[in-house]
Amino acid sequence: MLKINKLHKSYPIGDSSLHVLKGIDLSVEAGEMVAIMGSSGSGKSTLLNIIGMLDEADEGEYILDNVPIKDLTEKKAAIYRNKFLGFIFQSFNLINYKSALDNVALPLYYQGLKRKERIEKALFHLEKVGLKKWATHLPNELSGGQKQRVAIARALAANPKLLLADEPTGALDTTTSYEIMDFIQSLNDEGKTILMVTHEEDIANMCKRIVRLKDGVIMEDVFINQVRALQHV
Amino acid sequence: MFLFERDTWQEVYDSLSKNKLRSALTMVGVWWGILLLIGLLGSAKGLENSFNRLFGSFATNSVFVWAQSTSKPFKGFQEGRFVQLKISDAKKIEENVDGIEFVVPRNRNQALVIHDFLSGSFRVGGDYPLLDKVQKKKMMYGRFINQTDIDEKRKVVVISEEIYKQLFEKDEEMIDEYIQLNGMNFKVVGMFETAGANMGPTDDMHIPFSTFQQIYNMGENIGFMMITGKPESDIVQIEADAKLILRNLNKVHPEDNRAFGSFNLGKEFAKFTSFLSGMQFLTWFVGIATLIAGVFAIGNILLITVKERTKEIGVRRALGATPFEIKRQIVVEAVFITILAGLFGIISGGWILIALDSAFGGGGEAVLVNASVSITVVFIALLILVILGTLIGLIPAFKATSIKPIDALREE
Repeated sequence: MLKINKLHKSYPIGDSSLHVLKGIDLSVEAGEMVAIMGSSGSGKSTLLNIIGMLDEADEGEYILDNVPIKDLTEKKAAIYRNKFLGFIFQSFNLINYKSALDNVALPLYYQGLKRKERIEKALFHLEKVGLKKWATHLPNELSGGQKQRVAIARALAANPKLLLADEPTGALDTTTSYEIMDFIQSLNDEGKTILMVTHEEDIANMCKRIVRLKDGVIMEDVFINQVRALQHV
Repeated sequence: MFLFERDTWQEVYDSLSKNKLRSALTMVGVWWGILLLIGLLGSAKGLENSFNRLFGSFATNSVFVWAQSTSKPFKGFQEGRFVQLKISDAKKIEENVDGIEFVVPRNRNQALVIHDFLSGSFRVGGDYPLLDKVQKKKMMYGRFINQTDIDEKRKVVVISEEIYKQLFEKDEEMIDEYIQLNGMNFKVVGMFETAGANMGPTDDMHIPFSTFQQIYNMGENIGFMMITGKPESDIVQIEADAKLILRNLNKVHPEDNRAFGSFNLGKEFAKFTSFLSGMQFLTWFVGIATLIAGVFAIGNILLITVKERTKEIGVRRALGATPFEIKRQIVVEAVFITILAGLFGIISGGWILIALDSAFGGGGEAVLVNASVSITVVFIALLILVILGTLIGLIPAFKATSIKPIDALREE
């Protein structure tokens, strides 16, 4: 599904440069649920951004679903993002003047779907996250957990191969976090490949595999026994 | 075609209605610019129309020539001799000066005019039908003097509306009525509209030239003549040539500048025309400059908007919007808001012109006559708006996509 070889990335800081990723090798199979952990500055977000094609690596190889991702123009990146990837952000990143339904339908708009089809699909995914009744509400009328569920519905709308989550529970309280994780687990049960960045151990333990980063290299890469979030709810 | 898709406009509507105050303020600049342009152009047109009405009854490429007294002794004549213009002078000028369209000899005198119990002293002109060509008479009733009147020395008179008001009862029939002119009965054959503000004293009534000759014992003498040049000829040259011939015929010193007086309408008119075109240039200049300033205001605010929406744009790009789609959206917003503001400006500019017209447009002495702009001008203005809107929209559009999506998303 996803294969990364000797990935390097550095950021210029003033005259010097900061070497953030120092040769990452990682391969993820379809249906996995991977937590990328590490303290801040370990390079976990940078890795996720490169996987998400929001950022580009300086060196190394990145193959997603047998497509080598290289020489990305902005346009190509946009099309790949739309086709392959779904994003879930810590701060939800919903567009605040659009209703929940319109937010979910947005990736479909960029896919070029007809309005009727978009609304149909978006409603389907909103129903899946249990927010069909809230379809016409604006984001600021929703609770944090509801917002994140709308964001998940949006990430799912384009039916991506890979779901990328950047601290999906970072802005939520524990109970809501577990609810969201329960939902993400159920998505994984259905066969979605999920990659998430987190620094919370309990959240990481709800994944099937933990990759620990430190100072730009992988320290540890273990498969674990998944803790079901439902046990905590 | 994306312009005809509901979604495109839904997006535009969403992002503009998201912040109504900002959208409104953005529009004020362009609205004001186009309002000013329409208002100024309309006023300039109104002023032009009012000048045209002032000169309107005259063929503008004309010069009036009359005789005065000499200022230099010549060929045995002493200075101070009064020169008398003759019909033959007019004929000679018509034959010998290049570029002439008409030469119209005229006589004028004061006459006591009586109708029933009403009377007054009015200015009577002895005229040829040709006068109507040089100084257009707007006939309200009947006709102007014709050649038969001249040939038969008929006692007919064409009166102005003003005279009618003074000599006739309200709504009284005047055609074929008789009025007394210095004790002689004249039949009224026509009535013309009194010109508005006019050049020089107006004519109250006209009788056939030949009749005038007879009743005032004029012989071959004429009071003055109007010379009209062809549209392409130089009226100043015609004036000089005509005066030279007149000096020759009347034994006047070639350098005697006092013997013949003249008023060159063409020269005066040219002054006004260049004044008008100068004003029109100024109007366009000010209007378009204001318009550009307005469009820049739109660009400026869109730039701020884009800055504010950096994160949103980042999200959209994470969701698969291509840079082109983002740019297109912003340009469409810019053009839409520009055109909308422009249309409001055109409408309110129209109201301004209506207000100007009702304030200054009435009556014979109106400063602005029919202050208006042509549809062509409106379309040109709109076209300029579309072009400027597109160009100015490109700046924030490129700004929006110059930021990497990852940086845009990090923005708080």
